[in-house]
Amino acid sequence: MNHSQSSAGLILTTDGIPLKISLKKAERVNKIRAFLLVSPLLIFILVTFLIPIGDMLARSIDDRQINTVFPKTFEVYKKWDRQGLPSEEVYKTMFFELKNSEGYSVGKASTRMNYSKSGWKSLLKKSKRKFKKIEEGPFKEKMIAIDKKWGDREYWLALGQMVDPTTMGYYLNAVDLKYDSNKNIVQQKENRRIYNKTWIKTFKVSVLVTLFCLLLGYPISYLLATLPMKYSNLLMICVLLPFWTSLLVRTVAWMVMLQQKGVFNNLMVMAGLIADENRWQLMYNQTAVVIVMTQILLPFMVLPLYSVMKTISPTYMRAALNLGASPLHAFYKIYMPNSIPGVSAGCLLVFILAIGYYITPELVGGKDGQMVGNWIAYHLKTTLNWGLCAALGAILLAMMTALYWAYNKIVGIENIKLG
Amino acid sequence: MSQKDSFVKFEKVDKSYDGEVLVVKDLNLDVPKGEFLTMLGPSGSGKTTVLMMLAGFETPTSGEIYLDGNPISSIPPNKRGIGMVFQNYALFPHMTVKENLAFPLEVRKMQKSEIDEKVGNALAMVELQDFGNRMPLQLSGGQQQRVALARSLVFEPRLVLMDEPLGALDKNLREQMQYEIKHIHEKIGITVVYVTHDQSEALTMSNRIAVFNDGKVQQISSPDVLYEKPNSSFVAQFIGENNQLKGKVKSINGENCIVTTDSGDDVHALKINVKNNGDGSLVSLRPERVAINSSENFENNFDAKVKELIYLGDHIRSRVEVCGNDQFIVKIPNSYKEANLKEGATVKLSWKASDSRALDLN
Repeated sequence: MNHSQSSAGLILTTDGIPLKISLKKAERVNKIRAFLLVSPLLIFILVTFLIPIGDMLARSIDDRQINTVFPKTFEVYKKWDRQGLPSEEVYKTMFFELKNSEGYSVGKASTRMNYSKSGWKSLLKKSKRKFKKIEEGPFKEKMIAIDKKWGDREYWLALGQMVDPTTMGYYLNAVDLKYDSNKNIVQQKENRRIYNKTWIKTFKVSVLVTLFCLLLGYPISYLLATLPMKYSNLLMICVLLPFWTSLLVRTVAWMVMLQQKGVFNNLMVMAGLIADENRWQLMYNQTAVVIVMTQILLPFMVLPLYSVMKTISPTYMRAALNLGASPLHAFYKIYMPNSIPGVSAGCLLVFILAIGYYITPELVGGKDGQMVGNWIAYHLKTTLNWGLCAALGAILLAMMTALYWAYNKIVGIENIKLG
Repeated sequence: MSQKDSFVKFEKVDKSYDGEVLVVKDLNLDVPKGEFLTMLGPSGSGKTTVLMMLAGFETPTSGEIYLDGNPISSIPPNKRGIGMVFQNYALFPHMTVKENLAFPLEVRKMQKSEIDEKVGNALAMVELQDFGNRMPLQLSGGQQQRVALARSLVFEPRLVLMDEPLGALDKNLREQMQYEIKHIHEKIGITVVYVTHDQSEALTMSNRIAVFNDGKVQQISSPDVLYEKPNSSFVAQFIGENNQLKGKVKSINGENCIVTTDSGDDVHALKINVKNNGDGSLVSLRPERVAINSSENFENNFDAKVKELIYLGDHIRSRVEVCGNDQFIVKIPNSYKEANLKEGATVKLSWKASDSRALDLN
């Protein structure tokens, strides 16, 4: 005992080296080899996933554009006491910086300035053109003469939001709030409040889709797991068949099915269940989004459910029956608790996929069925307001992380089974 | 056996799964109250199907099963009140041992205090008092087995079925559990129908054994009768070690007969499963009933050549060639008399006519 265990409690090897150090040395080669094996993937993920995500998160708070285009103006602007109009010095610096700047960078900056106060973009565009003829002061009067917006204090106050290199403005925007000219947080104007409604709609659609997937997927998974192999294989192919068909083809097929002159409505009219003039509006609304997304995401519910149910031995049910439980009671008390890991995995998977869904709402959602993903795409492609895209995306990411965290707290992530 | 004695009764039961093959053929079986009956047979012999029909998980294709005089074919499994121990225990993995034991009592809507008492008693019976709050997967195989046993008994069923309950245990544990189950059966006097393919398990525990083959009961009797007086070649071969001499019946004389083996030797045997002169027959003989170089007077005396000797401590297992069979086994006790046996030597084998049984050719 004394030989191998020193007084400090350190265990030594036969050579007299502490066991832990010796073990580390022995395992170092293995660790290096393991690291080398994963390093290509690590680099790939870093370049294609982690860095873009980090960049996106940075964009959601980044507000340096104007500071880089009008650095001197902002220096003197900071001295303004915000009473009356800024001093001649501010006008003068602004004049020269605008006049000497490149058109491209002014364009970017003016877009950002327009988010704070609309009108800035046209003002800068017009002024830059006219500034060419002006050589000397007094700049304040001459600028106001070119466009009287230069004399409007509101425009100058709006610039105050952009003094800091970071901003919460995009996040505020994403939840229908904004800064007023004194940098207080206020609600957007009534007619510009769109995002809170969209968030609620997105949440509602995702919850509904998850719920319907569970309701439809549970019985079929049960059947898959309990049928003899030759039938279950065939059924499995039917479940997976949608996976082999293009998402777009499936979505378009649904459009054919659900539109007002479509297959479903025609059948209902033919069967005399609805009048020809009262055809159901099943397309280009939330109903369509829920129906089509449920169908598309169903396999993601069935597969985890099936893989868990496959492991539930049928003798559990037999044992429960044998012990006197009715089939319903046995199912509720024995089968269902054992299928919970599959249920939670399926729900989490479907919900996460649904909440960020884009293509289906875009095609079948119409105006009523637009989700957050569609707004992100809109701002990304049409308005080029990438800061807002980033903020919307970051909020989505935060919601999913929160959900995952809550799930881990309640069910325990080790209980999840994806296959 | 009178009608009163028959607690479980199978009457002309047939079972087919696919409409082409009968897995159980014309089964007639009576189990009196308190008996430990084992259904023994090779896999695919239909014994588990019989058990499943009794438990209610399979329905007989024709015929009827009676429990305590009442037909039960139309009663669903949850209303039969029959306990069952499953092959892999089927303990509910999401419930503690106590919850598992309480389950059958809760579905019977018993009082909480009554449930606690019965669960406590059941745990005490299988000596697992300290394990009530464990999950099944935290227990060893033997402990899980005991919990499964306790669960099948806790609601005091009239009948307990056991479907190869010891199959998953290692040999030592299996032997220990055999005695435990036997003792519990003796203590509470419950009727048990037990299924196994392990003959030593069947011999150890049962009051009676029903040997199954090919969907039929070949023989049903107490373990000693089954071993000593098998009435067919299959049973003789399936239970214990057995020597067989193939031949034709030469003459029949009351209970005895003479069978001429293919090598031309006349063997005196009991007439068990042969009818006429000239019938093919297998004469069955237990290895321990053969005397070697004996001076006593037996009906059968033959010279045999020693082919192989295997030393097994307490006895020597000797393979010899006699009457044209070179797989003939003789068990020689390890005593000073036989110590000088050599391979290749010629010895005299002798046995009684009453120990050799002329059975069917199978």
